[in-house]
Amino acid sequence: MSNRLLKVNIQKKLKEFDLDVDFELKKGCLGILGPSGCGKSMTLKSIAGIVDPDKGIVSLTMDEETVYFDSDSKINLKPQKRNVGYLFQNYALFPNMTVEENVAIGLSKNDDRKIVSEMIKRFHLEGLEKRYPRQLSGGQQQRVALARILAYGPDVILLDEPFSALDTYLKEQLRIELVNMLKDFYGFSILVTHDRDEAFQFCDELLILDQGKIIARGETHEIFEDPKKVEVARLTGCKNISKIEIIDEHHFKSLDWGITFEVSEKITPNITHVGIRAHDFTPAEKDDVNLINTVNASKLEMPFEWEITLENGLWWKIEKQMHNHDFEIPKYLKINPEDILLLEE
Amino acid sequence: MTDWSPIFISMKTASLSILVTFFLGLIVAWILIKIKNDTVKIVLDGVFTLPLVLPPTVVGFFLLYIFGVRGPIGKFFLDFFTVKIAFSWTATVIAAVVMSFPLMYRSARGAFEQVDSNLLDAGRTLGMSEWKIFWKVLFANALPGIISGGILAYARGLGEFGATAMIAGNIAGQTRTLPMAVYSEVAAGNMGEAFHYVIFIVIISFFVIFIMDYVTIRKEKQWK
Repeated sequence: MSNRLLKVNIQKKLKEFDLDVDFELKKGCLGILGPSGCGKSMTLKSIAGIVDPDKGIVSLTMDEETVYFDSDSKINLKPQKRNVGYLFQNYALFPNMTVEENVAIGLSKNDDRKIVSEMIKRFHLEGLEKRYPRQLSGGQQQRVALARILAYGPDVILLDEPFSALDTYLKEQLRIELVNMLKDFYGFSILVTHDRDEAFQFCDELLILDQGKIIARGETHEIFEDPKKVEVARLTGCKNISKIEIIDEHHFKSLDWGITFEVSEKITPNITHVGIRAHDFTPAEKDDVNLINTVNASKLEMPFEWEITLENGLWWKIEKQMHNHDFEIPKYLKINPEDILLLEE
Repeated sequence: MTDWSPIFISMKTASLSILVTFFLGLIVAWILIKIKNDTVKIVLDGVFTLPLVLPPTVVGFFLLYIFGVRGPIGKFFLDFFTVKIAFSWTATVIAAVVMSFPLMYRSARGAFEQVDSNLLDAGRTLGMSEWKIFWKVLFANALPGIISGGILAYARGLGEFGATAMIAGNIAGQTRTLPMAVYSEVAAGNMGEAFHYVIFIVIISFFVIFIMDYVTIRKEKQWK
C-alpha cells in the first residue's frame, strides 16, 4: 500500500478563469466539491487524458511511476494507455451495443467471457445481458457503466457527478452501493460533485474547488466542522453567513442581522465574516447569551423538518416527526458561542 | 426497339460512384469534425459543399478544365497511361462522384456531430483504438443519418445530367446514361422510348429508397 501516489499538478487557461490545481493522493478516495463550472470536470478530464492541460504534471505510482502528462518533457500519454476509468455524468453507454457488449468492449478477446459474466453477476445485471441501454432504468445504466469500467481493470476511477441524473429515491440506494464498491477497489478514486451530502458521505478526504483554484483541502469532517472561508462554508451548506464588525476579542456585530454575538474562539483581525448553521440554533430563555428575538418569524413545513425564517433573514431548521403538523415558534433562540463559525473572505 | 445500354451504363456509374462517394464522404466528414481551427473548417466546408450550390454545368466546366486533355490531371493520364479521361465512361463516374459528394459528406458530418462526444471519450478511456472507435461507436451510432445521406447521394448520382453532359458527353453505348437517353429521345421526338427509361428510373429510385429506409427503421427499433 505504501508505494502508491497519484500526483496532479495542472494549469489550464479557460474562458472564464484559469484552472490551477495541485494535489497528491496517497490512498483511497478523494472528493472534489465545488459549484457548477468551477473546473471539476476539467480536472478529471485532464487526469483521464481527454483534455490536455497547458502546463503541469500528472503521474501515477503503483509501485512504479507512470507519467501521464508532463509539459516540461513533452509527455502526453493517450487516454488509451492511462488505465483510468471514467464514469460520465450520463454514463456514456454505447446505445448500439447490448449490456454484455458494453461490458466487454474494453477487453481483449481471449479473457472477456469470464470477466464479463463475473461483472454481470457482481453488479446484479443477470437477465439483462441482451438488453440495450435504452431499455434500462437509470440505476441499471449506472451499474452497467461501473461494470464496464471495472471489467477493464483500471488503476484510477474518476466519477463525474455520478448521481445528478437520478431521482432522489434511487440516488440514496445507489450511493450505498457505490460506497461499498469503492471500499473494495484497490486503486484510487476521485469523485466530483456539487452536492455536499454526497461529498460528506463518500470520501474521507475532500478538496474544495472554486473558480479553478483549490480553496480548501483536508479531512471531510474537519472541513465541514471548521470551514474557515466564506466560500467553503457556503459550499458545505452553511445557510447563514454575514459580514461582521469586530468589537473585541470575543465579540462582534453581524452587519446583515444587526445582532451582537459572543464567541468562545478568539477573533483574529483577518476574520471578516461569520457563519451559523441553520440546525445549530436552540430555543432559549430571555437572559441567555447570543439571544435572538423571533418576532415576525415565518415557518415552512417540510416532511421531516421545519424551516423558520426570522425577520432579519436568519434561517433556523429543526427536525420534526412526519405526522406532526403544529409548531409554536419559541420567543427566543440562542446560539452556543462554540458553534459560531469564524470565516475569512 | 429500345436500346438497353443506358440502363447498364447508368447502373454501373451509379454503383461505382456511390461506393467512392460513400467512403470519401465518411472520411472527409471524420477529418473535418476533428479540425479545431474554425476558419480552416469553414473554408474546407465551403469547398466541399460548393458542387451542391453551383449550377451542374459550372461544375462540369471546372471538371473539363481539370480532366480535359489539356487540364493538369487529364494531361498527366494521357501522357503517362495514354488514357483519355474526358468523354469516356470514367468521366460519367467522376461527374457523379463530384456532384453527389456534398450530400454524402454533409449528411455524414451532421450524423457524426449528433453522436455524444462522451461516447468517443468513454471509448478512449476503455482502451479502444481510434479506428475501432470510429467504426463501432461513431459510425454505428450515426448509421441512420449516414444511410439517408447515402440514399440521397445515390439518387443524385443516378440522376446526374449537367456535369456529365459537359465532361462525358452523350456518346451512345459509352457515356449515354439514363437521364441523357431520356433527353436524347425526347429531343428526337421519341416520347415512347423516353417513357421506358423514365419508368425504369422511377422504379429503381423508389426501390432503393424503400430498401434503405426499411433497414434504418429496423436498426433504430432494435436500440430503442
